[in-house]
Amino acid sequence: MIKTRWLQLAALALTLSSAEATKAVFEDTSPLAPANEIDRLVFTKLSKLDIQPVLCSDAVFVRRAYLDIIGKVPSGERAKAFIDDPDLENKRSNLIDQLMGQKEFLDYWAMKWSDTLRIKAEFPINLWPNAAQAYHHWVRASIAENKPYDQFVREMLTASGSNFRVGEVNFYRAIQNKTPEGMATVAALTFMGARTEKWTEEELKNLTVFFSQVGYKPTSEWKEEVVFWDPLQTTKVNGNAAPGNKKVTTVIAPNTNQTPVAVESPNTATFPDGTTIKLSGNLDPREVFADWLITPENPWFARCAVNRVWAWLLGRGIIHEADDIRDDNPASNPELLNWLTREFIAHNYDMNHLYRLILNSRTYQLSSVSNVENPKAAAQFAAYPLRRLEAEVIIDAINDITGTTDLYTSAIPEPFTYIPKDQSAVSIADGSITSSFLSLFGRSARATGMASERNSQITPPQWRHLLNSGHIQEKIERGPNMKKLLAKRKNPEELIDSLYLTILSRYPTEAEIEAVMSYGNIGFSKQPPKQKNKNKTKLSNAQKKKKAAEAKAIGKAQINDWIDITWSLFNNPEFIYRH
Amino acid sequence: MNANVNISRRNALRKSLATTGGLIMANELYAGKAPSAPPTDIKAKSVIQVFLWGGMSHIDSWDPKPDAGRDYMGDLPGVIDTNVDGIQVGQLFPELAKQADKYSLIRSMTHGINGHETAAYYMQTGHTREERLAYPSVGAVFARFKEENYKGLIPPYVVLTKPQGRFSEEGFMGPRYKPFATGGDPNTARFEVEGIVAKGITDERQKARRELLAKTDTLGQSLISPVLSDARFCKDKAYELILGSGKDVFDLSKEEDKLRERYGRNTFGQECLVARRLVETGVPYVVINFPGGWDTHKGHFARMRQQCPSLDQGLAALLEDLSDRRLLDSTLVWCCGEFGRGPKVDWQPPWNGGRNHYGKVFTALVAGGGFKGGTVVGSSTAKAEEVNERPVYPGDLIGSIYELAGIDSNAMLPHPLGLEARVLPGEPHVVSGGRLREIM
Repeated sequence: MIKTRWLQLAALALTLSSAEATKAVFEDTSPLAPANEIDRLVFTKLSKLDIQPVLCSDAVFVRRAYLDIIGKVPSGERAKAFIDDPDLENKRSNLIDQLMGQKEFLDYWAMKWSDTLRIKAEFPINLWPNAAQAYHHWVRASIAENKPYDQFVREMLTASGSNFRVGEVNFYRAIQNKTPEGMATVAALTFMGARTEKWTEEELKNLTVFFSQVGYKPTSEWKEEVVFWDPLQTTKVNGNAAPGNKKVTTVIAPNTNQTPVAVESPNTATFPDGTTIKLSGNLDPREVFADWLITPENPWFARCAVNRVWAWLLGRGIIHEADDIRDDNPASNPELLNWLTREFIAHNYDMNHLYRLILNSRTYQLSSVSNVENPKAAAQFAAYPLRRLEAEVIIDAINDITGTTDLYTSAIPEPFTYIPKDQSAVSIADGSITSSFLSLFGRSARATGMASERNSQITPPQWRHLLNSGHIQEKIERGPNMKKLLAKRKNPEELIDSLYLTILSRYPTEAEIEAVMSYGNIGFSKQPPKQKNKNKTKLSNAQKKKKAAEAKAIGKAQINDWIDITWSLFNNPEFIYRH
Repeated sequence: MNANVNISRRNALRKSLATTGGLIMANELYAGKAPSAPPTDIKAKSVIQVFLWGGMSHIDSWDPKPDAGRDYMGDLPGVIDTNVDGIQVGQLFPELAKQADKYSLIRSMTHGINGHETAAYYMQTGHTREERLAYPSVGAVFARFKEENYKGLIPPYVVLTKPQGRFSEEGFMGPRYKPFATGGDPNTARFEVEGIVAKGITDERQKARRELLAKTDTLGQSLISPVLSDARFCKDKAYELILGSGKDVFDLSKEEDKLRERYGRNTFGQECLVARRLVETGVPYVVINFPGGWDTHKGHFARMRQQCPSLDQGLAALLEDLSDRRLLDSTLVWCCGEFGRGPKVDWQPPWNGGRNHYGKVFTALVAGGGFKGGTVVGSSTAKAEEVNERPVYPGDLIGSIYELAGIDSNAMLPHPLGLEARVLPGEPHVVSGGRLREIM
């Protein structure tokens, strides 16, 4: 059956332009039916634009699922097994389940949250190393137990305790401007997807009230700090913009000569939706705010979460940008956003349920090479958008494939922080622990928590690094996995298959095999054709030596050629972009 | 591949160039009017910044206090008269002593910060961390304001050889203004420049590879996408430097051995020579991060004896060579760390003759590009412990550099959210002793 499909395709290809033929690698042209409500809502919009959605091929899907769910590329064997798996009905959803059960799923999604929650030991966030680790540990553990999202957020918003022991209190420390206003701004951005720069002064002031009683105090442990409810504002110092901030690094007792600021706790507070309530002196206003925020009726909370997850998986939010939710920035498909929000709430804020809903939709599984011309199509999710891989994901993929490692360090504070050699870049907790590759490729600065802090535009210096740096070249030349692969070079066809499966997660096309076979000395057969020597005289020793030397030279040149071919696959847009 | 495809790809490429141009235009727009119409009186066409990460001791180098005694001068009590009457430098700087007419010493630099990161951020950006945004370094600001009129292939902001983490970064301006860090070591037979001069790969092989890459770009052949067009445009830019003659600037074999010796056959000396070559080709901003740190809490005097000679020789040769080539008038050179070091020696354990961080007063060296030489600006107190007269804050020094380079320090920087961000801070964040008028 597969064969006939190939024949049909081949016949089709002859009548189409070459571009159409190459598309076959990336697409599955069998008829496409909605898999769930997401698809019904999206396809309705698409049909209004006269767009016929096209599904991606299995080869594209296996790579996409690995990259999007666990931030890794599949091994050559895994890719091959998936592509060859005849269970067309279930293999995609099975793969989704399998990947969501891997520990790399936790690492990858913890990385995404760590950008949003600004987990970074040093400048400008200054969580300090122990606290960054504690914060990350809490986030990752929450993902591991699939903590309901409302609970996840409530724990952060109402946290008190030591930054080293209660990971989630670091929500209040991972803020550059640790004033009530700074906290309100960050809470709005993180949990409501709202930029307070676009609010009225009054609106921001109202939100600020809920964060006006957060205190910070140092302990005798170096760089330990306790976040607590401080209704009397004992840690607030006159004229100091950041309460407690100045004292964080010192172990001396607070200056007792300083008169504490006169306390004027407000009696009432107004929520962002305009409702005013009375504040009781017995209740931390942060709790009041958290309870208002996580109710199902809250117009921001669940919407912001589903929209953010959608943007993470599909490259743009239904409201775009995902952290710019406001009345005058409407959703491109309001029905879809409403349905997802209701579904998320009905399933008790179950993140994994939300991921599965989206990943199993045909909408997520659409081709990235069709329906990309219509400018309105992108906002209606007519195609899976091409996106450059994250810095961490690129280098992890290169290291996994070649069997090499990179060194990640944090220069400050002394003593220098080094992490184990085999740790992946994705799993690094602390944004201060880095390498020049990660910074060149635009890893998130984790300074504000905006999604735009992670840059995935490609630049000429990034190209130069991929195309021509000793760093990458050495991995290809010396990586133990590369050596193992290239040992197969006696059978070039087989090696080409392996290289394509390992690096691009698919079989090569005829045209690609041809291009590779005609590169350099690859086409030279190892065994030179038998000479028809009339005199049948034996070769002299000198001639034998010469022949052996020639064969050796060709063999050596071939190794370089295979290195070049490997290099070309790492520099292929298919490698660098999720597609 | 048939001819049809070739043509359509060429069309695609043409389209891609158009879109990329459009993107760049749009980028310029969101920052308001991009810096155009350069002021006519630009004195500093290029800048070389020598950064002494860790903080070099001022009292042992360019602000010696011979009368302060051993508690202050430690193991380096000597001073040398320079070629300018009345100016002396520490005993480890004999070469710079011969060039004092070319540079000025600011002996009243101050900011009072004793933490590396906060001080380095201030010294490299002119902004304090009390302002909430992560500002770009001076080099990134140059890249931003010089890009329009700079046509060279080498990126406008080059770091020799290792980047200085976030403090030589582009801040909120995005990766376009990131410094290009060369990597490698110019003091080796072949200076391998990361991404430009690769080990063991001939131009021929580069070309063959590039062809192979184009032939096997199956994804690119399947669709016309602005994302991929953009990528292709950037890749072509990258290749201009990999395959073109632009990379010759890094080939020190083109210099006479005698001159290479004069700079010092060590990493720093040869970095200075590369910096001169970069400036000659018009690169607006070059940073040399001194190879080796100055954070000499312990073993201070031994480290000074070890590192100062190469700093002395390299920097002196650079100033003399720039001057010989009549480049010093248009090339501004500045050299300092993020702070100085405690003028009083810590003789007790665990320091055993060390010096700790000191931001109250320290010295910076400036030369060329419109700065007068042979002058001392400000002074420290008798034991180099405080500013005695004429405090100079980081913003004063950096603001003076911007002024000489024709960069309006009140101009807007492109912030991705459109927030108000200026080249240098205004009220209430500005602390100032005034621009360096006395030497401009």
